[in-house]
Amino acid sequence: MLRPGALMRGMWTTFKSMFEKPVTVMYPQVKRPVSKRFKGRHELKRYDNGLEKCIGCALCAAACPADAIFVEASENTDEQRYSPGERYASTYEINFLRCIYCGFCEDACPTEAIVLGDNYELSYTNRSEAIYTREMLLVPVHPSAAPTPQKVAPGTFDRPIPEMEDPD
Amino acid sequence: MGVEQKLGNMGIVTHRLEDLVNWGRTRAMWPMLFGLACCAIEMMATQASNYDLSRFGMELMRPSPRQADLMIVAGRVSRKMAPVLRRLYDQMSAPNWVIAMGDCASCGGVFNNYAIVQGVDEIVPVDVYVAGCPPRPEALIHGIMTLHEKVKTETFKDWG
Repeated sequence: MLRPGALMRGMWTTFKSMFEKPVTVMYPQVKRPVSKRFKGRHELKRYDNGLEKCIGCALCAAACPADAIFVEASENTDEQRYSPGERYASTYEINFLRCIYCGFCEDACPTEAIVLGDNYELSYTNRSEAIYTREMLLVPVHPSAAPTPQKVAPGTFDRPIPEMEDPD
Repeated sequence: MGVEQKLGNMGIVTHRLEDLVNWGRTRAMWPMLFGLACCAIEMMATQASNYDLSRFGMELMRPSPRQADLMIVAGRVSRKMAPVLRRLYDQMSAPNWVIAMGDCASCGGVFNNYAIVQGVDEIVPVDVYVAGCPPRPEALIHGIMTLHEKVKTETFKDWG
């Protein structure tokens, strides 16, 4: 049975939508802000004095469900100091094609060194490009801080895990 | 002394054929509707009006491989699915491209076991790998733009 009223009501909806504002986000030009809890590409953080937070304990690699992280530690000396404590991560590699961005590494890290950032633009033409090394993951040194390795006075940075204000 | 300088006053523009063909290919690259797992949800979201792949000339997801240029492998590929994927790839008419969307299609991701193909590049040649589990729609669009940059560098030799 033909019902012209119903047809017209449907066509009216179609007609109205011609004057609505488009919902499309013009992605490459306009980037929608990610949520606060978004997990994107990792970053290795530094302390305010420029020392790396990562102490090479490889707890992140142990916690990783996808085996995406590889850590190799080396010894710190007071002449060549990368991080507080005895050891630093001389090799730190994350395969971003294995990583599932679950944030378990962030939870496992005792020094809050590895943090998942908000970069999601990760596409590669080659699988080996997806393996990010330590230098690519480390955040740049703050202009007021010194780059690593630093030469420090003996006994200044003996403790690998800092005193945290709110340890959770 | 190029031919452009001689013909400059006549209102004729000359261009390299490679650039022109590659430009045409990047502007109308129809993807195949081939969702395998959770990444397919993000692929649908990319096609929908919020992100709108039509802006990149990808008007429709074609369900038939014979009408598609781009295969977006969205999701994990099990060993049983692998021959099907290869057959669909073979049915696509040249030139065709493959995007491995997400970790599982790129290298197996978290499923490092006997049932999942550890990366679809074991069975088909992959042009672009998109990281993410699953990638955001923006990340897939970024992968498509990476593919476009790759297609723009193709030469006569690559076409043959």
